[in-house]
Amino acid sequence: MNKLWVLFKRELSGYFATPVAYVFIVIFLMLSGAFTFFVGRLYEQGQADLSAFFVFHPWLYLFLVPAIAMRLWAEERKTGTVELLLTLPVTTAQAVLGKFLAAWAFTGIALALTFPVWLTVNYLGSPDNGAILAAYIGSFLMSGAFLAVGACISGITKSQVLAFIVSVVLCLLLVLSGFPLVTGFLSGWAPGWLIELVGSLSFYSHFQAISRGVLDLRDLLYFLSVIVFWLLANVIVIDMKKAA
Amino acid sequence: MIEIKDLTKAFGPFVAVDRITFSVAPGEVLGFLGPNGAGKSTTMKMITGFLAPTAGTVRVFGHDVVREPLKAKQLIGYLPEGAPGYGDMTPWQFLGFIAEVRGLRGAERKQRVARVIDDVHLHEVLHQPIDTLSKGYKRRVGLAQAILHEPRVLILDEPTDGLDPNQKQEVRELIQRMRRDRIIIVSTHILEEVSAVCSRAVIIARGKVVADATPAELETRSIYHGAVTLQLDACDEAAEALRALPTVAEVRLDQAAGQVTAFPRDGADLLAEAERLSSARGWALKQIYKERGRLDDVFRRITTEEAA
Repeated sequence: MNKLWVLFKRELSGYFATPVAYVFIVIFLMLSGAFTFFVGRLYEQGQADLSAFFVFHPWLYLFLVPAIAMRLWAEERKTGTVELLLTLPVTTAQAVLGKFLAAWAFTGIALALTFPVWLTVNYLGSPDNGAILAAYIGSFLMSGAFLAVGACISGITKSQVLAFIVSVVLCLLLVLSGFPLVTGFLSGWAPGWLIELVGSLSFYSHFQAISRGVLDLRDLLYFLSVIVFWLLANVIVIDMKKAA
Repeated sequence: MIEIKDLTKAFGPFVAVDRITFSVAPGEVLGFLGPNGAGKSTTMKMITGFLAPTAGTVRVFGHDVVREPLKAKQLIGYLPEGAPGYGDMTPWQFLGFIAEVRGLRGAERKQRVARVIDDVHLHEVLHQPIDTLSKGYKRRVGLAQAILHEPRVLILDEPTDGLDPNQKQEVRELIQRMRRDRIIIVSTHILEEVSAVCSRAVIIARGKVVADATPAELETRSIYHGAVTLQLDACDEAAEALRALPTVAEVRLDQAAGQVTAFPRDGADLLAEAERLSSARGWALKQIYKERGRLDDVFRRITTEEAA
């Protein structure tokens, strides 16, 4: 537990040692603002809620989260520090979890810095702040799911570019798996239960209710299990690289 | 005690390390030699637990590296090849992090960090990002993190590679200071280093151990072992006279350098004979010496012939 904390601290402080963190946060805030006000038309909707803000999060995360996740392992492989990390007295699971939690905390910080949007709707009207909190929690969980996918992919390769591209494509499939684009591809030949299963894996459909402020336990469990699954895969990937 | 038994690593069909077996006891400084690609780094990566062996075992003071990785890793200090470090951290932050992961706390942690900073002379660059440091300093940071927890086993993969002669000397002195009660394994392809710091040399070629002896023993395997070299003006005459001796197996003449080297037959002592001959003939000797043997000659012969 203690070692996990040490790894977590190092990873998180690593973000702020370089301009990467600040650039990321600024871009995240600018894009989420632009989507909310210009595409989502928060003002014109005349409703005191933040669905216009949250509804774009899957698309925002789709590109920004893999950008955070791509360096987690690929960079260490490239610079050789992975050899240092994995010969320290820590378990693979601690290393995987420490990296993931630090990246997740960083995403959380970026997400928390969107609070002016929340202040705005509170100034303009009287929104259901419980629903907004629920949506924030849901969005944070979804970012963790994106991150876990990206972290696992980053463990496979030395190339950050490759990690980024593969993660984006994989995440896109996960976001879209409920959409006709993916289900239509299956509908000709796959059995109905498979189509339903693939459809139920969609980040998008699980997030839709959340973005409106409805925090369903099933949606939370869904995102948590996606995180656990990909982190386990990450541990396996790292251990397999040892044996390769 | 490190016990390596039948250690094997295959990458697909390529066998990088092939049933290596040897043990190292505390107090020994083992020079791990071999041509590039012989499997030195791969073996070290398996000892430190970075790579899992395909077959065979590594035990570090009784702890199997695969079955009890944390216990083994806690005993080991490791400098990977190229001395990687987190570039955006300063040596100060980096060593603090390593100390914490190693479980050092409070006053002990401060004292150990201060100690290694002294040991490898890092004061000047303590608060500069590691990325901005020179190769020599990076190497020192790598050494510092390896010795920080005063490990009982120190594994250094080419610790002096790319350093200038002064820095090399410093690293060798550091190894000499650390050697008491410790196991030190140093990989290198600089042979003078082996004579300078190692109590034992293991040579591997194509994944197999081809020699395991003290540097002095290895030197005796050289054809230069016991060879006597004379430097004088009358080279031709000397070469002829030496060739006539029954104890001389072969004579090599280097006209340009004005040197004659005589190789002994069956380990005969040529020095006295050569001196006697010289005074009898009245040669004006500029220099005469007997060689202990040349490690590079042994190295070349062993790694090219015996593995073939």
